[in-house]
Amino acid sequence: MQELIRETKPSASSQALVHRACELLSDGTVARVLGWKKGDLPYNPEPAFFDSAEALSSFTYDAFCGANLSKYMIEASRLEGKTLVFLKPCDTYSFNQLIKEHRVDREKAYIVGIGCTGKLSGEKIHALGIKAVEAIEGAEDGMLCEGQESASGKTRAAEEAAAAAEIVAPADPDAVLTIQTLYGEKTCAYDEVMLERCHVCKGKEHKIYDELLGQSRETKNADRFAEVERIEAMSPQERFAFFQSELSKCIRCNACRNVCPACSCRKCVFDSNKFDSSQKANVDSFEEKMFHIIRAFHVAGRCTDCGECSRVCPQGIPLHLFNRKFIKDIDTFYGEFQAGEDAETKGPLTSFTLDDAEPGIAEGR
Amino acid sequence: MYKIARENLPALYRALAAERELYLPVRKSGQVNFAAWDEGFSEEDLLFGLAALKTVKSPKDVFFPQSETLYTCKKDGRKLTIEPEALKAQDFVVFGMRACDVQGLKVLDKVFLSEPIDTFYAARREHGTIVAIGCKEPETSCFCSVFGTDCTEPAADVAAWLTDDFLYWKPLTEKGEALTGQLKQKGPFARTSEADETQVESEKAVTRRIVERLPYSQLSLDGWDGDATDEKFGDALWEELYKPCLACGTCTFVCPTCQCYDIKDYDTGHGVQRYRCWDSCMYSDFTMMAAANNRTSQMQRFRQRFMHKLVYFPANNDGMYSCVGCGRCVDKCPSSLNIVKVIKAFAAKAEAVRGGEN
Repeated sequence: MQELIRETKPSASSQALVHRACELLSDGTVARVLGWKKGDLPYNPEPAFFDSAEALSSFTYDAFCGANLSKYMIEASRLEGKTLVFLKPCDTYSFNQLIKEHRVDREKAYIVGIGCTGKLSGEKIHALGIKAVEAIEGAEDGMLCEGQESASGKTRAAEEAAAAAEIVAPADPDAVLTIQTLYGEKTCAYDEVMLERCHVCKGKEHKIYDELLGQSRETKNADRFAEVERIEAMSPQERFAFFQSELSKCIRCNACRNVCPACSCRKCVFDSNKFDSSQKANVDSFEEKMFHIIRAFHVAGRCTDCGECSRVCPQGIPLHLFNRKFIKDIDTFYGEFQAGEDAETKGPLTSFTLDDAEPGIAEGR
Repeated sequence: MYKIARENLPALYRALAAERELYLPVRKSGQVNFAAWDEGFSEEDLLFGLAALKTVKSPKDVFFPQSETLYTCKKDGRKLTIEPEALKAQDFVVFGMRACDVQGLKVLDKVFLSEPIDTFYAARREHGTIVAIGCKEPETSCFCSVFGTDCTEPAADVAAWLTDDFLYWKPLTEKGEALTGQLKQKGPFARTSEADETQVESEKAVTRRIVERLPYSQLSLDGWDGDATDEKFGDALWEELYKPCLACGTCTFVCPTCQCYDIKDYDTGHGVQRYRCWDSCMYSDFTMMAAANNRTSQMQRFRQRFMHKLVYFPANNDGMYSCVGCGRCVDKCPSSLNIVKVIKAFAAKAEAVRGGEN
């Protein structure tokens, strides 16, 4: 069965992106490519840099390529030459925000905005009791790529792709994954194992790019703020109990912070051993009352709601809810605002106007 | 061997909890971890916990807590007192560990029970009795067999096996016999028949056949041993492998064998609590010393974790690897990196070099 995985041909999505990456490498536009590399299991591709056509033979863009590559561009901005980075629509918000904060160099990036059909969670598949997975059918493509094969020649390919871009196919409620396991064949709905953030997708439009490839599929089928509203409706005691039970699971691995594109401080206050804030001990009260809440305050107005914090939390803590509460309140107090929508607009929390809501407003609610 | 009917498991838990402190896997807010027994646990959460092959965190923190106070200094006027934290003195039971986790403790024993003995750990080991369950339906990321562990035969104080109808219970050590003796008087224990034993054996055989077919079961550790430092340390491959690493501590904190800790002081305002807490070699200040830090790049930190597990530890412990193949890091790494990929990448490189020579 391992052989079977290895022999699987690259999907149309992977082929299309590799094709373009090879062109941009060989004509010298870029010095390297930032994308995803095939995993050793059917659901664990990893972010990776590629510097040659040969290296790109292990490239993949499948439904498990959820990792947001924007933050890796902070490091890549320090390297010689341009880096081709593949960004999904939601990742482009993070990239814009990083430009705004002077963390990445726009000139060092060649952004290929790629389509997205909604990204999947290996954890959610496991939670359905599907284990000893050998192969997954129905997750090979990370985007829709009709017409890709016919594209030839750099300029034409780019033009065609741009023309075809931002076309969003309707949601496919019947999409199914067929999963071969050592305990027999299992199936599950694609939708059922999609990451939370894809159910509340901000839209399939890329906010920054040099060219576009592939098409997206509509995945939004839930209200972004429904869960926040459910929690707002709780009594303070219920709310405290809810967050306490969730945050008590925290093991202080810092995965949420380290993956977060808004957490780009060179030295985090929680790592600085010059202050008492340096805190490695996993003490319930600290995680519940300090770490996550301070982090949420720090990224307020800058968080694009990319959902990486919740994707990577080993304990399944719905960390995005803190950020979404801030986003909802900012929308209410200052008018709708989406961080990363562009790379210029000042955030509502960093630009004072005489019409701003008074600080006490929150108390009266 | 004894057997306990499935429906009597809650009674077994209560009998255990009445005799000793009890730690067992239970679902809380959707995730299964080991926790101290609480009457309030729902039967559903306990059943879910029992069925889960892997807890998120390994059970190592029952013996080596993520954070623990070592001693407390108090200032009262001009008087200064120092009070060491009491060592574990009550007997306790850890129910529901797995064979890989038990092997993980053997790794920790090498570290904490060697001179100078860690008295906090030693006291917990002395007072703890382990009931471990043989695995059924191993998962994608399991590879304990690579390290010689048979997941159907946990080498604990009591080995247990679950079938559809019963929990089978077999004491293997004096501690296990003592616990069984205490429980037999009040617990729902019945003697097993030959038919029972046959059934348990046949289920083990099924599991072993599955283990052989798991994706990682054929992983080769060729080239990884205590003598590999010179060959592996300077390899250019590390520069490539570490790149997606986020430098978080997930792998180290879910690992049953990572044992590094930091010692810090907590200023209580009128004294100091000196505590230790798990540290991670992935963290930037891990090797920070008064003079400087001798690991200044993430590549070095990343390399350290795998060299420690597969080279340095075996070099100092008669060839014992300090990875047990539980696969937690495989499941949990945010960037999908793991020890298996590292081993495979070195194997592929060696293969390519061999191919080039021919």
